Amino acid sequence: MALEIAFWVLAIVAIAAALAVVTIRNVFRAALSLILCFLAVAGIFITLSADFLAAVQIFIYIGAISILIILSIMLTREVQQGSLSNRLVAPVLISAILFFGIVTFAMLETSWPLVSLPPAEATTAALAGKLFSEDGHILTVEIAAILLLATIIGAITIVKEK
Amino acid sequence: MSLSLEHYLILSAALFSIGLYGALTKRSAIVILMSIELMLNASNISLVAFSRYIVPTLLTGQVFTIFSIAVAAAEATVGLAIIMAIYRSHETIDATKVDLMKW
Repeated sequence: MALEIAFWVLAIVAIAAALAVVTIRNVFRAALSLILCFLAVAGIFITLSADFLAAVQIFIYIGAISILIILSIMLTREVQQGSLSNRLVAPVLISAILFFGIVTFAMLETSWPLVSLPPAEATTAALAGKLFSEDGHILTVEIAAILLLATIIGAITIVKEK
Repeated sequence: MSLSLEHYLILSAALFSIGLYGALTKRSAIVILMSIELMLNASNISLVAFSRYIVPTLLTGQVFTIFSIAVAAAEATVGLAIIMAIYRSHETIDATKVDLMKW
């Protein structure tokens, strides 16, 4: 029962914060709502018994990406201008609602091959085994490391003064 | 009424639609990037929910989510670097005014 209450509270907070991100005029407050939405998603991960992912979500999204976004807002002059919309509001709103309806219909009509086993508790050790073992995803981990290195070099090259 | 896979999938679809609306209608490039982060979070929720309800002991979806978060961090870093470079040369990050490559 506690899990249901936690899910509904977190879901309502996540959707309200996401709506605030796309409707608030002040860009800085929109970024703060985005942080609230990330926090709610971390709570949703906990209700799915993904404890390690919840910690990763808080470290990377709230700790790193939010700081980057807020720093960029402060380094540009967007706060005074506000978050304006272009001329496509009405067609995009209709398309987004249609997309939501079609995807929801498809997901409710599909019969998923559900397995009613209890989830794995304390996923950190199991995830480490999946990621770093011989028959796991060790090659993907190394490719991700190269991707992050390329990202660092690329970001430094792009923002460097001429 | 206990929680099922559909609850999480519909939450994920709602967050994705909100992010889609923001990414297509906003003029500020930073708000567009924030909406894209919302869409990536929505897809992460559905990956973890599939992992929890369809392969509860294998954790496949959680491994995918770790890589998805790594790619999202890389995307945000390079995206914000490009936004800073555009701001330095154009004095604006309004996506409707940066039309250098528009045919």
